[in-house]
Amino acid sequence: MRLRDNYQKAVKQFQPKPPYVVNSLKAFVSGGLLCVLGEALKKWYINGFGVSQEVAEHWMMLTVISLAILLTGIGMYDTFSQFAGAGATALLSGFANSLVSAAMEHRSEGWVSGVANHMFKIGGAAIVYGIVVAYVLGVVYYIM
Amino acid sequence: MKLVGKQTWVFEDVYLQATGTAVGPFEADGPLGEHFDVAYRNLYCGEKTWELAERRLMKEAIEVCLQKGNITMDEMDVFLAGDLLNQNVTANYTARELPFPFLCMFGACSTSMETLAVGAALVDGGFARRALTATSSHNATAERQFRYPTELGVQKPKSATFTVTGAGAALIGRKKGRFRVAAATIGRVIDAGLKNLLDMGSAMAPAAAHTIEQHFLDLHRTPVDYDLIVTGDLSRVGSIILKELLMEAGYDVTTNYNDCGLMVYRPDQATFAGGSGCACCAVVTYGYLLKEMEKGTIQRMLVVATGALLSSTMIQQNESIPAIAHAVVIEAVRG
Repeated sequence: MRLRDNYQKAVKQFQPKPPYVVNSLKAFVSGGLLCVLGEALKKWYINGFGVSQEVAEHWMMLTVISLAILLTGIGMYDTFSQFAGAGATALLSGFANSLVSAAMEHRSEGWVSGVANHMFKIGGAAIVYGIVVAYVLGVVYYIM
Repeated sequence: MKLVGKQTWVFEDVYLQATGTAVGPFEADGPLGEHFDVAYRNLYCGEKTWELAERRLMKEAIEVCLQKGNITMDEMDVFLAGDLLNQNVTANYTARELPFPFLCMFGACSTSMETLAVGAALVDGGFARRALTATSSHNATAERQFRYPTELGVQKPKSATFTVTGAGAALIGRKKGRFRVAAATIGRVIDAGLKNLLDMGSAMAPAAAHTIEQHFLDLHRTPVDYDLIVTGDLSRVGSIILKELLMEAGYDVTTNYNDCGLMVYRPDQATFAGGSGCACCAVVTYGYLLKEMEKGTIQRMLVVATGALLSSTMIQQNESIPAIAHAVVIEAVRG
């Protein structure tokens, strides 16, 4: 090993730099468009079905999650994610994708030891730390 | 003495008698597509699971290889194989159906040349009349074991590689054939201290450079002695680093160097830095490069298969990536 004896440092000049600005713009635009879609769906549910704001929000979330699941199932979500990056995580779609992709991946090991056991392999961390943070915030809220 | 210098074995009259290759859809669609013996249009290769698909690829590669070599199973003395999956299941389960002794080998993506070198040594040493070697990798089985579920949406960096779906098999024997396995340099494990799973090229380049340098030293050769020096799967990032490392050591390979990972896909195939995996070096060498040798465009080549010897558990425990490279000299036989 050489590259004049500090390989780890010298090698960086040959590694492609992530295009941070372009990636951020893509994430901003695609995440934003996803939220516009969510907002449009919400308005439609309120005006077209006469449901309350809260119910419309739940319906909208369910629609976006279902869409993410469908796209994962037909193998298109990862392509969208490669383009959108962080933008693909808006409105829980990324979380839905993490559960479904893991479930699909382990279908070959059966419904129990495969799908059920591995479903939360990626998404599990979000749940665990979501609960921990909610608990801490709950205690803070109670004290204040 | 067949050991020359520190790490190089020189063989007498050992020939690569036949090879077989089987690939998946992306490889068949790539620039070398027409050179592979068997090609599947679907990643499942007509099987129920990806693991079974990989096994089918290895089996097909072996069948084609034995058929081309005009050899029956009963005439084989030993089988050497390995793959990327835990406990080398593709190789082990394939060997279950073969009626001759088996040595399982793991060298990650260096397995193609590791098995070829050891197979040639067994034949040269008289421990086998004929040896069969095989290796395989599958994009979906490797992704799921080393990275994430295949359909998980993650943004991959440009330095990431794309695991080749395929398998390559080679038949080694004493009967004079068109390709001579002339020598092999067995690599040392080199760890550059890098930890990025999505940039294996940078992690493996020092191992490749070390093996190539040692090969030149052992045989008193220089890059001009080869029409082609080809690495297994250093990809776009690693191959540039390797050229720089060799230049630092005083070897200029700019005119006769290539990487199988850069040859197997077209630039527009969205495979990031290029192909990787055990099958990458195997299918490009056995499928395409040997045909170039037959045509006469290559007289002598040095095939350097590179392997990253990691597991996802080690990476999660913050360990770095050890790497290895094994080199084999293949020469065209005239007349």
